[in-house]
Amino acid sequence: MEHYHMNLTLKVWRQKNNKAKGSFETYKVKEISSEMSFLEMFDVLNEQLILEGKSPIAFDHDCREGICGMCSMHINGQVHGPWAQNTTCQLHMRAFKDGDTIVVEPWRSKAFPIVKDLMVNRSAFDRIIEAGGYISVNTGNAVDANAIPIDKKKADDAFMAAACIGCGACVATCINGSAMLFVGAKISQLALLPQGGPERESRALNMVAQMDKEGFGNCTNTYACEAQCPKGISVANIARMNKEYIGAGFATEEN
Amino acid sequence: MNSKIPQGEMDKKWEDYKGHVKLVNPSNKRKLEVIVVGTGLAGASAAASLGELGYKVKAFCFQDSPRRAHSIAAQGGINAAKNYQNDGDSVFRLFYDTVKGGDYRSREANVHRLAEVSTSIIDQCVAQGVPFAREYGGLLSNRSFGGTQVQRTFYAAGQTGQQLLLGAYSAVERQVALGNVTMYRRHEMEDVVLIDGIAKGIVARNLVTGELERHGAHAVLLCTGGYGNVFYLSTNAMGSNVTAAWRAHKKGAFFGNPCFTQIHPTCIPVSGDHQSKLTLMSESLRNDGRIWVPLKQADTRKGSEIPEEERDYYLERRYPAFGNLVPRDVASRAAKERCDAGYGVGTTKMAVFLDFADAIKRYGRIEAGKKGITDMPEKDIVALGKDVVAEKYGNLFEMYAKITGENPYEMPMRIYPAVHYTMGGLWVDYELQTTITGLYALGEANFSDHGANRLGASALMQGLADGYFVIPYTLGNYLADEIRNGAVDPNQQAFLDTEKLVAERINKLLAIKGTKTVESFHKRLGKIMWDKCGMARNAEGLKQAITEIRSLKAEFWTDVRVPGEVNEMNPELDKAGRVADFIELGELMCIDALDREESCGGHFREESQTEDGEAKRDDANYAYVAAWENKGDSEWALHKEDLSFEIVKPTQRSYK
Ligand SMILES: Cc1cc2nc3c(=O)[nH]c(=O)nc-3n(C[C@H](O)[C@H](O)[C@H](O)COP(=O)(O)OP(=O)(O)OC[C@H]3O[C@@H](n4cnc5c(N)ncnc54)[C@H](O)[C@@H]3O)c2cc1C
Ligand code: SF4
Ligand code: FES
Repeated sequence: MEHYHMNLTLKVWRQKNNKAKGSFETYKVKEISSEMSFLEMFDVLNEQLILEGKSPIAFDHDCREGICGMCSMHINGQVHGPWAQNTTCQLHMRAFKDGDTIVVEPWRSKAFPIVKDLMVNRSAFDRIIEAGGYISVNTGNAVDANAIPIDKKKADDAFMAAACIGCGACVATCINGSAMLFVGAKISQLALLPQGGPERESRALNMVAQMDKEGFGNCTNTYACEAQCPKGISVANIARMNKEYIGAGFATEEN
Repeated sequence: MNSKIPQGEMDKKWEDYKGHVKLVNPSNKRKLEVIVVGTGLAGASAAASLGELGYKVKAFCFQDSPRRAHSIAAQGGINAAKNYQNDGDSVFRLFYDTVKGGDYRSREANVHRLAEVSTSIIDQCVAQGVPFAREYGGLLSNRSFGGTQVQRTFYAAGQTGQQLLLGAYSAVERQVALGNVTMYRRHEMEDVVLIDGIAKGIVARNLVTGELERHGAHAVLLCTGGYGNVFYLSTNAMGSNVTAAWRAHKKGAFFGNPCFTQIHPTCIPVSGDHQSKLTLMSESLRNDGRIWVPLKQADTRKGSEIPEEERDYYLERRYPAFGNLVPRDVASRAAKERCDAGYGVGTTKMAVFLDFADAIKRYGRIEAGKKGITDMPEKDIVALGKDVVAEKYGNLFEMYAKITGENPYEMPMRIYPAVHYTMGGLWVDYELQTTITGLYALGEANFSDHGANRLGASALMQGLADGYFVIPYTLGNYLADEIRNGAVDPNQQAFLDTEKLVAERINKLLAIKGTKTVESFHKRLGKIMWDKCGMARNAEGLKQAITEIRSLKAEFWTDVRVPGEVNEMNPELDKAGRVADFIELGELMCIDALDREESCGGHFREESQTEDGEAKRDDANYAYVAAWENKGDSEWALHKEDLSFEIVKPTQRSYK
């Protein structure tokens, strides 16, 4: 692959902590290789800032392989930047050209308060899982793994839903700040598997209740979440969640 | 040092141990507190299982959620001796393969237990809703991994670690909801607190506020992962570090076989100085991909343009019995050998090809056959074959394309070995207890089961074995005697003293205000380690490395620049503390590598090789675990745990 170098202008959101007022700062970076990842470009900028005696930009990242879900930048108006089905850490600089200006912000959502600069607090997602995103099976309780055959199609669909990395881009890109795609993916995964059966109803009710409590917005079917999800999680999961939720509602009334 | 291996026949030891171990009754469990540092497969499975038993668990991780621990990145799969494929697998065979794969430098009793519990792991994970790959009949699918001749690897596309971790994470979150586990996110353990030499808690730093916190408990479990990042470039996540283990080491926990590092043969090669990490291309790819280099040196043609007869499939040539599926250490050295000899490919010439063209055609023909078509045109066969390959490895191919900008369905991948895993770690006995009473180490953080080389798909197995099925028993055996000791008060002098030392160290780092960044020191350390303590090592290089690391350490502590304040979120400060520990660890790794004048597994001493360049062990002099005791600044004493092999008699490992 041919590579090239570029000079760029960056406008980055800086905010000292959760209480402070934030604002954009402008930086210039030079001689950036098209082979770098977007976060490596940030590494270069941070090294430069430290040597200039300035404070480096705080951002979340860990695996840099698109799987941990930690990285979370809003780049030129798009969550995780311009590439489809991609995380910030997997975005590479060949997506940009010499002279570009790039605007970088944190996730913006009521339920994800800013921690510092580009870092946000996504612990609301953990609390939603706590509310029911599991199968209640203690260690040692399991039957033989092949005792219950599972239809391959269902297993595959469960896997596709389970591929969610919990990054929160769906929330950040949604005009309503809805977490339906994230929640729908987990509810679907467990509803598709026979092991998830016994707790289907309480799971759907409790997870949705927690989601509302955390201050996530409603879904108005704009489907921005699916379009921007780095793992291609399908909105069909939202439909399945609604079905589970309504079904559970009826079931409780009947009881 | 007492390894506490139970008496009796190898295959009865664990059963026997479990039958006689001390128990804690349920009402007492509620009064006992356990700290679990780390929420990867080892930590999450331990925290969940201990919470279920009724202990009060406090779990810590430095990421913003326990679900993001580095285990999430594991790709290829997890082994278990289920023998679902009826291809001759058994607990014994998994045990045997692991001891042999580890080049006879692991403890047989631990490995046997690992093989025994492996089957329960798969059951547990399926019950949690882990969506493993399945066949059309609805049963679980398996694949092969390097170093074995059976199919015992369970997988979820190329995201096995993610799915296993999310299973364990959900089990932890369930315990959080039940009030049995308290989760401390964005917290870094800074030190372990000892009272009368016994681990009674930790000092942790809240990474958001910068505040130090003291936490007391009746036992502390370190599940903090491996230290491959000592090489700067590795396949590990950016935050993976040795800090927790290292601080424990400096408090008295011996460090086992620090120089045993796994260099994984199939990673995307380095592209330039800006590189911050390396990306693994799962070993499962070697099931279908063929590794080769051009027969001609410095061949600049594209891989797809080099005709069959001008290719050297060097693994198939050198190791006809295992071919592309030789263990990792063997495959890595073979790649280095070809590149050093001038046959490397790509711009840097430090890469070999991993080619799927044959597999694509083979699968395409099978698919055509299933449809009953015998005269399908080549291009349609290829299209069908690509679909099959995409189903098996799609996410890996995508990752490769994103990073390199090349399409691996059309062109062979370029790969090169990279640091991946550390077999070394805190020395533990059969109960996973370190040499500090009350302090345990699980998962990659301990040295235990993999000897000098880990077989693929065995780390996930070990992490979950330790957490789900071993520690619930062995910890109970210790805690049974702790019931008389009430809650541990974190305001005792020992806690205050430790906290003060931690604060002083942090303030010292900030006060240096030198001229060089933390990153620049880390890169320099990595280069020394890779050049002199990497894939090939020799006495002269190791001695040089030790001198270089000592001066690097002095320079770090006088000239590093750590920006920002102590009482705020300060990722540079976190990194500085970790790099300071890596520098010290690097020195010990070189000392250990220098001491071990034999080659074994991933540790290749150039002075000790066979005529055809294979690793040559020296069982007469080195059949021991090197357990290093820290004696102060740059001073260590070596303790040896002699290894005896009752069942798997050491032979020269051969995969030919
Ligand atoms: C890219 C890649 C692919 C792999 N693929 C496979 C595979 O297919 N099969 C296989 O068997 N193995 C594989 N491995 C190896 C395997 O993933 C790891 O060995 C294993 O997951 C380690 O698990 P762990 O629980 O010991 O540690 P980790 O998952 O590394 O977890 C460490 C935990 O400790 C915490 N921590 C660390 N330091 C501190 C501190 N100071 N304070 C507080 N918390 C701390 C972290 O927050 C984290 O929660 C792979 C490894 C890599 C890098
Ligand atoms: S659904 Fe997609 S965007 Fe939302 S958290 Fe999961 S992976 Fe991220
Ligand atoms: S850093 Fe892990 S997904 Fe981006």
